[in-house]
Amino acid sequence: MKQPLTFTLNGEERVLYVDTRATLLEAVRDYLGLTGTKEGCGNGNCGACTVWLDGEPAYSCLVLAVEAQGARVMTVEGLAEGGRLDPLQRALIEEGGLQCGFCTPGLLMMARSFLDRHRRPTEREIRGAIAGNLCRCTGYDKIVRAIQRAARGQTPPQAEG
Amino acid sequence: MRAFEYRAPTTLSEALKLLAEAKGEVRPLAGGTDLVPQVREGRKRPTMVLDVKRISELRRLEYDPGMGLRLGAAVSCSVIASHPQVRRYFPALAQACALVGSIQIQNRATVGGNICNASPSADTVPPLLCLDARAFIAGGRGQREVALESFFRGPGRTILARDELLVEVVVPPPPKFSAASYMRFIPRSEMDIAVAGVASLVVLDGGRQCQEARIALAAVAPQPSRAPEAEAALQGRPLDAKALEEAGELAAKMAKPITDIRGGAEYRRELVKVLTRRTLEQCLEALKRGPR
Ligand SMILES: Cc1cc2nc3c(=O)[nH]c(=O)nc-3n(C[C@H](O)[C@H](O)[C@H](O)COP(=O)(O)OP(=O)(O)OC[C@H]3O[C@@H](n4cnc5c(N)ncnc54)[C@H](O)[C@@H]3O)c2cc1C
Ligand code: FES
Ligand code: FES
Repeated sequence: MKQPLTFTLNGEERVLYVDTRATLLEAVRDYLGLTGTKEGCGNGNCGACTVWLDGEPAYSCLVLAVEAQGARVMTVEGLAEGGRLDPLQRALIEEGGLQCGFCTPGLLMMARSFLDRHRRPTEREIRGAIAGNLCRCTGYDKIVRAIQRAARGQTPPQAEG
Repeated sequence: MRAFEYRAPTTLSEALKLLAEAKGEVRPLAGGTDLVPQVREGRKRPTMVLDVKRISELRRLEYDPGMGLRLGAAVSCSVIASHPQVRRYFPALAQACALVGSIQIQNRATVGGNICNASPSADTVPPLLCLDARAFIAGGRGQREVALESFFRGPGRTILARDELLVEVVVPPPPKFSAASYMRFIPRSEMDIAVAGVASLVVLDGGRQCQEARIALAAVAPQPSRAPEAEAALQGRPLDAKALEEAGELAAKMAKPITDIRGGAEYRRELVKVLTRRTLEQCLEALKRGPR
C-alpha cells in the first residue's frame, strides 16, 4: 500500500509516495537518493542509520517512513553548510576518527546533537552518548578524542547569549 | 512482509473506532522500537498499523500532588527521564527510562510500548510495580483500570482485548519517607537486555524501622511481578544487613527463572539475591540523604 508523505529533509520540503512498509532509512536512501545514511544491522543495534527526527537523534531503520509525515528530518548531508564542514566533521578527520567510514554518518548525527546539548562534556558523558553507535574499525579512543576536540572549539556555556 | 495500512488518528475515539471496525489484525504503534523490527522480520503480520503517537490522551505527562503522575502511553523515555517532577518524585522510574537501549532508542521508545510488548525483561516495569502504578485502558466497551501487575499474562501477552488500547499509567504520589531504586544486570555496560532486574521501595516509620517494603523482579519469570514474601519479611524491622540478606534470599526463592542465551537459571537466582540487597541499600542511602 502506498501513501503520500510530505516532510522536510535537510531544510527542503519533499513530497513522495511511499510503501507503508518502507522505513525512513529506505525513504532517504532509496526513494530520495541520499546515501550518506547507512544501514548496518537494520534492527536498532548499530547506529549507522542515525538521523535527526524533529531535532532528536533516532534510528531511521526503526521508523516507518509514513511516521515522518510533517516532520523535520536531518541527515549527514545537511551538516556541512555552504560547503564548509561542521567542526565535528573536521575534528574527526584531524584525529583520524574513522577508517572505513561506514559508522561515521550516524556517529556524526548522534555526536553533533550531543555537543549541541552539552557544551563541556566529560569523557564519560561522551562515551555514554555514543553507546548506541558501533564502530568496527577505528576503536573508540580516536572518535572520543575527535568529539573532545570539537567540544574544546565550542563556545563555553557562560559565553552563550 | 505483508502489506499493511497505516493510520495515525489524533483522537482516542477515532482510534477506538478504527480498532473496533477493523477486519484484520491491527497493531498499535508507539515508538516502534519493538514493533518495527517484529513486523519487518515477519514475526508480527498486521493488516493495519495504528500509530498512537498523535493521540492527545496518550501524550500527557502531568504531576499533581494529590493524584500523582499521569503518564501517557505514548510519551517517550527521553521525555520521562528528563521531566523535573519525575526526577524529583520518581527517580527510580527516571533511572529505568534512561537505561532503555541508547539515546536514539529512548527518543522513540515509550513506557506504554515497553509495558504492552510484555517482555519479562522490560526495564520500566519493576519500578512502576513498586510504585503501585495502575494501567488505564480504553476499548469498544468503555474504559477500565487495573493494577499494573495484573496487566501481564506471560511473555508477549497482556490482558488487552483486540479492540483495546493502553491510554495511560497513573502512579500515585510516593509514600512519605520513602525511596525507590532499580538495578539490572547486563554483561555489557550499555545496549543490552537485563539478565535480571530488581526494583525496591522502602518506607520508613518515625523510629527508622521499615514500615513497608516493596520489591519487584524482572527477567526471572514469565512476567514481571512483586515478591510479597520478601516484602513481608522486612515489615516492621530495622533494615540491618541480616534483614536485607534475608529479603534477597526470599526474593530469589520466589523467582522462576529460565536458562537461556543470557544466563542460567541458578545464576539469575543469585543475581536476584544480590540486586535485591543492593537496591534496598540504595533506598536506605537515599533516605539518609534526605527523606521525602
Ligand atoms: C537496540 C534496542 C535496545 C533495547 N534496549 C532495551 C532495554 O534496555 N530495556 C528494555 O526494557 N527494552 C529495550 N528495548 C526494547 C524496546 O525499546 C522497549 O520495549 C520500548 O519501550 C518499546 O516501546 P515502543 O514505544 O518502541 O513500542 P512499540 O514498538 O511501538 O510497541 C511495542 C508493542 O506494544 C504495542 N503497543 C504500543 N503502544 C500500545 C498502546 N498504547 N496500547 C496497546 N498496545 C500498544 C505494540 O502493538 C507492540 O506490540 C530495546 C530495543 C532495541 C531495538
Ligand atoms: S541500521 Fe539502524 S541501528 Fe543499525
Ligand atoms: S570506521 Fe569503519 S565502522 Fe567505524
